[in-house]
Amino acid sequence: MDTEFKIEFQQFFDKGGNVVRPLPDFAQNAQELIPLYSAMLKTRIFDEKAVALQRTGRLGTYASSLGQEAVGVGIAAAMRDDDVFLPSFREQSAMLMRGVSMEELLLYWGGDERGSNFLNARHDFPICIPVASHFPHATGVAFAIKYENRDVVAVAVAGDGATSKGDFYEAINAAGIWRLPVVFVVINNQWAISVPRSKQTAAKTLAQKAIAAGIDGLQVDGNDVVAMRDVVSHALERTRNDNRPCLIEAVTYRLSDHTTADDASRYRNDEEVSQHWKSEPVGRLRKYLEANNVWDQKLEEVERAKISEQVEAAIKKYLNTPPQDETCIFDYLFAELPPALQKQRSEIADGREKNA
Amino acid sequence: MPKVNLIEAINMALAKAMDSDERVVVLGEDVGIDGGVFRATEGLFKRFGSERVVDTPLSEALIAGMSVGVAVSGLRPVAEIQFMGFICPAIDQLECHASRLRNRTRGRLSCPMVLRAPYGGGVHAPEHHSESYEAIFTHIPGLRVVIPSSPKSAYGLLLAAIRDPDPVIFLEPKRLYHLDSEEVDDDGMSFPLDRAVILRKGVDITLVTWGAMTVETLNAAQELSTLGVEAEVIDLATLSPFDPSQILMSVEKTGRCIIIHEAVRTSGFGAEIAATIAEHGLLSLLAPVKRITGLDTVVPLMRLEKYFMPDAAAIKASALELMEYA
Repeated sequence: MDTEFKIEFQQFFDKGGNVVRPLPDFAQNAQELIPLYSAMLKTRIFDEKAVALQRTGRLGTYASSLGQEAVGVGIAAAMRDDDVFLPSFREQSAMLMRGVSMEELLLYWGGDERGSNFLNARHDFPICIPVASHFPHATGVAFAIKYENRDVVAVAVAGDGATSKGDFYEAINAAGIWRLPVVFVVINNQWAISVPRSKQTAAKTLAQKAIAAGIDGLQVDGNDVVAMRDVVSHALERTRNDNRPCLIEAVTYRLSDHTTADDASRYRNDEEVSQHWKSEPVGRLRKYLEANNVWDQKLEEVERAKISEQVEAAIKKYLNTPPQDETCIFDYLFAELPPALQKQRSEIADGREKNA
Repeated sequence: MPKVNLIEAINMALAKAMDSDERVVVLGEDVGIDGGVFRATEGLFKRFGSERVVDTPLSEALIAGMSVGVAVSGLRPVAEIQFMGFICPAIDQLECHASRLRNRTRGRLSCPMVLRAPYGGGVHAPEHHSESYEAIFTHIPGLRVVIPSSPKSAYGLLLAAIRDPDPVIFLEPKRLYHLDSEEVDDDGMSFPLDRAVILRKGVDITLVTWGAMTVETLNAAQELSTLGVEAEVIDLATLSPFDPSQILMSVEKTGRCIIIHEAVRTSGFGAEIAATIAEHGLLSLLAPVKRITGLDTVVPLMRLEKYFMPDAAAIKASALELMEYA
């Protein structure tokens, strides 16, 4: 049986912020793109400050999303509040838009589990560290959604390295069989720590891995926030109304180190990185906004000052959060602590009294 | 009251759970129209339909991983791994997610799933069909490890596992699937989790075991009784979280203890029990604590399997040896 497929690369803006094809409805008025711009800027400033906190010993290891801000902002802008988001560990842009607070993100990366007890976005999944291991969760969430006949969609996000894992394939394969309401987004930022995209797979695109699972595969310019939002919106609509799961490859570039524990200069050269700075998403949209006279240096400064103030307030709150009671390491293992563990729990409680 | 064997009791419990709670869904390889390779899900597909009795693709990581997603969403997945030898890809999900989500989110999310798997040897099966990995799962905090040993306990413990608000791995001694039948009341009553069961009272020696080894152990106890040695037989039933209180009380009375399990000896759960007795019951001991277990080898294929498996004769001999001490 002959099979043919085509993976189209979707984009509205080129690297210089020039429109290359007619913009979708939501982007007709440049003014309406300002919230997307502001969300990207917020992520960038938050990342900068989080890295600075880590460098000064006030935060644990942190994974910056520098250069990838458009991906998460586009995803979150397309989602409904009652959809379910399943992030990997570099999704602060989308998480912030879905109502996770900066203070919660800082708590998480600062080594405090309370950071994953989101005050808002109660039904979203927490940060998932083992790569691709949450893709089967998304399949399960979508299974439950379909079982209960709800009209929401599960959206899972992972990086390019994730596509080399078995659970990635097992998850998209099952979603295809059962036509589940789920959208998988692969953020292809070209690097899985030190291993480049070319060493992950011989496949020409990551999106085409969808073909093997019998689901739609799309490739989008992940540094074009309008394209991101548009592609994800259409994907959500198709799966919400027509039970068509899909895999979206968002092509971007990780401008930062993998995490604050990494030194990317060990495996890639500055020239490559500076080339990619030319196509980063924040500046690209800013150029377009400025060309359309809805943004300028003054507005930029005001916006930056406003965001910095919010971030500083969150940092202050984070740094002043009272510590957890150490006995709480037992309190969420089970709904009710089994008697066998009550003894261990009281041992650390007693130890605390002794050390007091 | 119907007389049923262990696999039929599992089937009864699944049907009861599905009948009384629409959130319960069954999934796994061949669990649908085929009713499972051991027939644990026999008739469920016809009775409850393909939406609730779901044949998954041949994907163990998916089975465990999607169960996490299904459970977090508020349903009660009961998933089957066809044989314990194939469970390894699913361990990742139990260790990294199922057992941790409640703790990770400080109680915001929880994972009430059951992963069932037949385990253990003695049925002359091919390679990878006879393993006993229970100790591996006891090393995962936040996960319950439950093992029935009779049709009655299979029915009651499985219902308890399905109703439990946290993840449970439910290991079924397949050697007992068709061994004995007993009357099991299909009344929907569950057995308590986290509690060992005294299968036989005795004052001379404590024999601790679980799963299929309860049969060998009870046979040994019966033979010992004819020689005037009254063994107390404890079925652990829930290995983790581990509640040693029944064992310690018994050892205080008898002063002697043998732990019997089919799994390989080194770092087997018997070691945990022996260490607990050393910590908390040493002064009641009249003799060393002994372990009768599988050997530290790969489970042999069927021709040599009998050399690997503990049996009643070995338990009896070891008990008599311990009786020689003071």
